[in-house]
Amino acid sequence: MTNLLANNPVLRRFDPAVLTAFGCIFVLLLIGSIINRNFLSPEYLLQQLQVGSFLALISTGMMIVILLGQIDLSVPWIITVGGMMSTAAAGWGGLGATFAIPIGILCGLVFGLINGIGVAYLRVPSMIFTLGINAVAQGFMIVRTGGAAPLDMATDSMHELATGRLILGIPNPVWVWIAVGAATVFLLRRTVFGRAVYAIGNREVAAYLSGIRTQRVVLAAFAISGSLAAFAGALLAGYSTKAYQGMGDPYLLPSIAAVVLGGTSILGGRGTYLGTVAGIILITLLQSILSVVQIEEAFRQLIYGTVIIAMLLVYGRQRAQT
Amino acid sequence: MDGSAPAPLFRMEGVSKRYGGVSALTNADLTVESGRIHGVLGENGAGKSTLMKIMAGVVQPDDGRMTMDGKPARFATPAAANAAGIVCIFQELSLVPDLSVADNICISNPPKRFGMIDGRAQRRIAEEALARAGGGDVHPLAPVKDLPLSRRQLVEIAKALVRNPRILILDEATSALTAADVRKVFAVLKRLRSEGLALLYISHRMAEIAELADECTVFRNGRNVGTFKSGAKSDTEIVEMMIGREYSHAFPPKPAPKAAGGTPALEVRNLSWNNRLKDISLTARAGEIVGLGGLDGQGQRELLLALFGVLRSATGEVLIDGRKVSLTCPSDAKRGHVGMALIPEDRKTEGLMLPMSVRDNLSMASLSRLSRGGLVDRAAENKAIDEMISLLAIRTDGTDVPVGTLSGGNQQKIVIAKWLMTRPRVILLNDPTRGIDVGTKAEIYQLLRKLADAGAAILFYSTDYDELVGCCDRVLVFYDGAVGRVLSGAEITERALVGSALNLGSSQAEAGAPSLAGAGAGR
Amino acid sequence: MTDRALSAPQPGDWRYWFGEQRGALLALAVFIVMFAIYTANHPAGFSADVVTTAASKGVLLALVAIAQTFVVLTAGIDLSVGMIFVLCNCVASYIVIGSPLETALGVAGVLATGLACGALNGLIVIYGRLQPIVTTIATGAAFFGLALLLRPQPGGDVNEDLADFLTGQFPGGIPASAVALLVVVLVIWIPFRRSMLGRVVYAVGSSEPAAYMSGLHIRRAKFAAYALAGLLAAIGGLFLTFVTYTGEASSANANTYTLNSIAAVVLGGVSLFGGRGSAVGAIFGALIFRTIGDLLFVFDLDPLWQPLFLGIVLLVSVCLGSFRLIRIRNRLDLFG
Repeated sequence: MTNLLANNPVLRRFDPAVLTAFGCIFVLLLIGSIINRNFLSPEYLLQQLQVGSFLALISTGMMIVILLGQIDLSVPWIITVGGMMSTAAAGWGGLGATFAIPIGILCGLVFGLINGIGVAYLRVPSMIFTLGINAVAQGFMIVRTGGAAPLDMATDSMHELATGRLILGIPNPVWVWIAVGAATVFLLRRTVFGRAVYAIGNREVAAYLSGIRTQRVVLAAFAISGSLAAFAGALLAGYSTKAYQGMGDPYLLPSIAAVVLGGTSILGGRGTYLGTVAGIILITLLQSILSVVQIEEAFRQLIYGTVIIAMLLVYGRQRAQT
Repeated sequence: MDGSAPAPLFRMEGVSKRYGGVSALTNADLTVESGRIHGVLGENGAGKSTLMKIMAGVVQPDDGRMTMDGKPARFATPAAANAAGIVCIFQELSLVPDLSVADNICISNPPKRFGMIDGRAQRRIAEEALARAGGGDVHPLAPVKDLPLSRRQLVEIAKALVRNPRILILDEATSALTAADVRKVFAVLKRLRSEGLALLYISHRMAEIAELADECTVFRNGRNVGTFKSGAKSDTEIVEMMIGREYSHAFPPKPAPKAAGGTPALEVRNLSWNNRLKDISLTARAGEIVGLGGLDGQGQRELLLALFGVLRSATGEVLIDGRKVSLTCPSDAKRGHVGMALIPEDRKTEGLMLPMSVRDNLSMASLSRLSRGGLVDRAAENKAIDEMISLLAIRTDGTDVPVGTLSGGNQQKIVIAKWLMTRPRVILLNDPTRGIDVGTKAEIYQLLRKLADAGAAILFYSTDYDELVGCCDRVLVFYDGAVGRVLSGAEITERALVGSALNLGSSQAEAGAPSLAGAGAGR
Repeated sequence: MTDRALSAPQPGDWRYWFGEQRGALLALAVFIVMFAIYTANHPAGFSADVVTTAASKGVLLALVAIAQTFVVLTAGIDLSVGMIFVLCNCVASYIVIGSPLETALGVAGVLATGLACGALNGLIVIYGRLQPIVTTIATGAAFFGLALLLRPQPGGDVNEDLADFLTGQFPGGIPASAVALLVVVLVIWIPFRRSMLGRVVYAVGSSEPAAYMSGLHIRRAKFAAYALAGLLAAIGGLFLTFVTYTGEASSANANTYTLNSIAAVVLGGVSLFGGRGSAVGAIFGALIFRTIGDLLFVFDLDPLWQPLFLGIVLLVSVCLGSFRLIRIRNRLDLFG
């Protein structure tokens, strides 16, 4: 069946996984509108997009790492690092406040680079190494804040970036998402780096023997993932005006799920950013419906896990041949 | 053939097997008797492995019939073949590295007490089996991963023996063994024969077969070309049977040998690596196709990998156009001032990303040439790709289809094309025609000559002697990690290649030299 | 017994035994040293109470680490052990109470819960052919959701007699929890290790192709490994209930135990690539990991530094395996 799809030039343009994801989005919108009349109002949908853009930044980095056939489990605490370090910089005043977000991103970049070194050069399995970095990042933040919620507040500009609507009445984070998304599409489709990412995800030996410096590519991918997670953390801190412990915890599963539900192969080498966008919207709508019906946190978790497993089982069957 | 015993232990008649369009075995007959060692000889790809796989139940024959004790037999799985008493010994493949020797020997049916594995009984069984297999000095509790290759092979034999085989099939069982170990294994095999076992001994080393076998069967191109009593034919006759006389390939004419002199495009001085490459020196001039011959696994692959910067801590010098270069990774090796290209051994895992498109695969090695500031220049890329597709006449349904959907021959063309796009000056080929159709083979030979004429220096490793004879200006015959003999011009004949590969005859007078091969199969 | 001469231990046998147990023995040695330093510097010294408290904490992690060991031996990973552990804690806080019979049924119920969770993981990984990591992250979320459903707020109760018995001391000051752990090892681990099942689990983790060529039942072994991991996590959850007397759906607990179980497994010499190591090693790995925390405490290191310190210990221990890279001569082997 896969071959049939692969051989048909018309069908090949549309990844069945992406189509499925968009189909699910449609169904969710339908369900949402039945539950709540306001669900389809532009205002409500824009809000959803705004909430979704934080997840989008994280998923974008996660996608690049997953395309390599790796995974980044350090996302939760790198988000927190981004949030806490940018609010801390804001607390220093002066230059610190001006460059609050870049400082947060820089801290995420450092952790991302360490991830990359561990995975690319020390060749520790990424799921273990990034899990360890997650613990170390947590340790750093506990030392820094004394284990309590930090008192530093986000700067006004951070708050504005996360909540304002500067252009066309569209929330600023959505613009950020559009910018990052466009850059990612460009990176993956038009640059040597993007080609290398797909090549490594498909067959690292073949990429290496083609003269690609695979280790540098892996390093860069983890650096991007760390930076984007920290950026999302800084925006989240701006959104709620401060950073707090565990602010990144709810994002690990959704970020992976968004990527995989968007048709990116968890084994790497295959996937489109359009699919990831679909996955992000799908997850965000799922969350929003669960919150509209005022479902308990417990059920939300249960439904997440179940829905994701169910969908993965549908997708997973297709790629046993590699 | 024979016609003595009414019901031999095992007989196969008219068995055929084809993979896709390629015939691996055609109308093969074989008779195996108890208490005899039956040698099977043939070149690489002559059908020996397929024969073994059919007997072991790994693959199913398309045609023909098999009988055991005169009754029809058909083995759907390896387990079924096992149950019937046919046990195969693979090359170090089926041992679990982290388990102990005893655990491995008894792995499929360990002795139990109260439902638990009885370690003591298991150890006793293992010790007995090891003693029978001539591995009495192997400690049963040693983890397999700590054993040298030769000992692992003995463990494999012991593992086979505890299954109480009636027919034991050994496929190149001595390829990893030292001469002393070979002698030991031979003694064991002879004893097993006297115990009434039937042994099928597959090899391409004639000296071993001559020493060991009662009967020999020679295979060529998937056909049984003759069965005879051991000693009934001379080495020369056997080599002729293995080679055959017909030349089935079309080779382009070779140019007249050029005068030596001038700076060679590639020069290698005293290259050594890890005891697998021993002090290799060679040169290749622009316009020259230099073949690498010899038995499989004598260091040819390692040489190509070492030149391409893949092997760590290889010592020696590599000179390109007379300038010394240091190569530590493939991206160094393909860089402009070196200009090397390696067509790797296994196109499916090392050469291509099968799920990716023809376009992505073709431009993968030359992206730096086709990009500016990290940005791929689509127009230049398309142009270069179209050129390559027409130059090599690659048959593909557009450039966006996954490479995995193309035929084997076209896939191999893409691997070659991908490297031609880097405009290499030194081209290293690792058995590029394995498993592809005759037509494409001929195209590749033409292409190689064209590239050489255009000024490339080519190192061409092939397991097919025919190809070396037809394509190469010179052939370096490898033996045990070193260049054993250099053949050039009219000296390159199939007989000379086989003879020097086996280290037989004129070049060295060492008796029993073929069994001295110390190097294991290449990875 | 004519075979006595043949199979009696020869000189040199201990060497192989030692080689196989090296990771575990090293972990044991490190643990003894660290524990000695700890008790020597503890204000109360080496007393039964100090040991009992330390044991209770250590046994919790040790049980979860054994659970992780089963899966890691197959070259997989289970990121849901912590969630199964917490879920079983919540289940136990409802049903492990009342008359001895009710309590016993309750215990069986808790164990069945864990077994079912583990079996679910196994089914999805084997028959759904999904990566263990994604599977267990997702099922972990679902398991935690169930836990939260059961205990939105901490609460519940447990049979206190049983709890006190299992967390207290036996005559002679022997901590009951350590004895319980020993029983678990004797009843579950040792039989597993010596059965055909355990053999296949090791073989699959060491080299799946070789296991396949040898005709072993690979799926059955993997399934059993995941199910046993669920069972051990359930025993851990049960024990947590005995220690705390309540059930709590704590996500911090779930995450920490998952992470620490991996650290313990690595410290205990179990190879993350599968096929090598033992639950005994993982137990000492867990005890080491716990004692590091305690040591920091007696040496007056600011408790705030403790998570960072433990994180770094974890990170360094997973990097230890990278020493094998030095020996690789053919770079293609790096891509294994």
